[in-house]
Amino acid sequence: MAIFEYDFMRRAFIVGILLAIIIPCIGIIVVLKRLSMIGDALSHTSLAGVAAGLIMGINPILGAIAACIAAALGIEAIRKRIPKYSEMSIAIIMSAGVGLAGVLSGFVKNAANFNSFLFGSIVAISDFEMILVACISCAVILAFILLYKELFYIALDERSARLAGIPVKTVNFIFTILTAVTVSVAARTVGALIISSLMVVPVACAMEFGKSYKQTVLYSICFAVFFTVVGLFLAYYARLKPGGTIVLIGVFCLVLILFAKKIMAKILLTMNKL
Amino acid sequence: MSKVIEVNNVSFSYGSEPIFSKVGFSVYKGDFVAIIGANGAGKSTLLKLLLGELAPTSGSIHLLNQDIHHFKDWPKIGYVPQNGFSANVNFPATAEEIVKANLFSQIGFLRFPKKEHMEKTKHSLELVDMAAYSNRLIGNLSGGQQQRVLLARVLVNDPEVMLLDEPTTGIDAAAVQSLYQLLTRLNRETGLTIVMVTHDIGRASSYVSKTLCLEEGSLVKLDRDQINDELSHKHKHPMKNRLQQIQGGEDNHGDF
Repeated sequence: MAIFEYDFMRRAFIVGILLAIIIPCIGIIVVLKRLSMIGDALSHTSLAGVAAGLIMGINPILGAIAACIAAALGIEAIRKRIPKYSEMSIAIIMSAGVGLAGVLSGFVKNAANFNSFLFGSIVAISDFEMILVACISCAVILAFILLYKELFYIALDERSARLAGIPVKTVNFIFTILTAVTVSVAARTVGALIISSLMVVPVACAMEFGKSYKQTVLYSICFAVFFTVVGLFLAYYARLKPGGTIVLIGVFCLVLILFAKKIMAKILLTMNKL
Repeated sequence: MSKVIEVNNVSFSYGSEPIFSKVGFSVYKGDFVAIIGANGAGKSTLLKLLLGELAPTSGSIHLLNQDIHHFKDWPKIGYVPQNGFSANVNFPATAEEIVKANLFSQIGFLRFPKKEHMEKTKHSLELVDMAAYSNRLIGNLSGGQQQRVLLARVLVNDPEVMLLDEPTTGIDAAAVQSLYQLLTRLNRETGLTIVMVTHDIGRASSYVSKTLCLEEGSLVKLDRDQINDELSHKHKHPMKNRLQQIQGGEDNHGDF
């Protein structure tokens, strides 16, 4: 296929598929803990890290990772202090992150480089970034498998998980770091402004079909990989921005699934009446 | 009989608002206790104190003969929360996955469940007559069935005591009766100690062995006659007046 003759497209597929595997692993826990907007807050805050990295002359992804970790720990700390209004913690950190990114971006000399983080540039991945994504993907997959039952129970019922003996604080801390790191690298590829969609949409699609938690996790990954592969093909042949195309395909599929299920339910209801 | 729960002169307040004053009671192995009281009487607060989520302002709590401050055997304390899964009804998990999750203390951190854990899960679902529904999503079960899954989740750890917070909330009358019958069977056949917070004094009193009433910051033990009296006068006098009569003949700070 002509598309795979280009080195940058081969990299885009490798990085895209790796991210499509790890983002739903984080996404399903985020969705089930009712913190769907956390991806948005972290990715927006990552922009402050990107700007700081560009100003200080260090790799912007490393800057984004540092900013994301600080933001994620900040969200967790505020969430604990006001548990009944935990979503407020996301709004507070997002506001602070966007504000800081706005101020720092005024000092960035190469505006084009900064802007590439807004909508991502999966076809402009460097060797270092590809290795970083591969290492982070391995770490996230390993942690998700090892902490599978702990994350499941905490997402289901944090209080009972604590009573069952699960070290809730430790697991939440590890998950917070994994979320921050995943969002940082994903912001570079699919873009900071749309990362949360990729975290939520495949999970939303999978929840329409999953007959168990395990199935929902596997379906989420399958949907994310499907959206990424189709999105990259479409972006290449139709000359579209890859990040936005991937997310739009996901949203389109979700709407289609919801619509199809509604039609099916009506047909079944009519058949039962007959 | 050994004491499973011992609450001594416990006082608690939210800020300057007192909830209890020098409350004391003991629960013995094999007891089936109902803690009743009106809304806002502090029933759920008392459970939070027993679960170590709140610390008493004064007094002491012992679980399984250990001070609650140093208590580590939480898997031996089964807890069934109020409203079950009503807030989490679309959670994509099967009954089996939910019950198995509570086996953490036996499986271990960063380890995977083995065949024996699967068998324990199956046995626990059988105990509450839910084995046939093990692969059903929790959201596809009725309120009564969801409550049984919660009981199975607790039973899978072979607890010494089970704490239930308003277990009959949101389930229909037939399911309530069936739930009480199941709890009675577990209490009698396995010797499981049960402490249940409820406002359903009418039905609960027919099944439990001891009823404690929480009102106006005090806790009193009600015998069968007092419960019947309470039920028959339900709409005529406030419970408080009769409780004061009861307290006249019994020290409410004492050890029940």
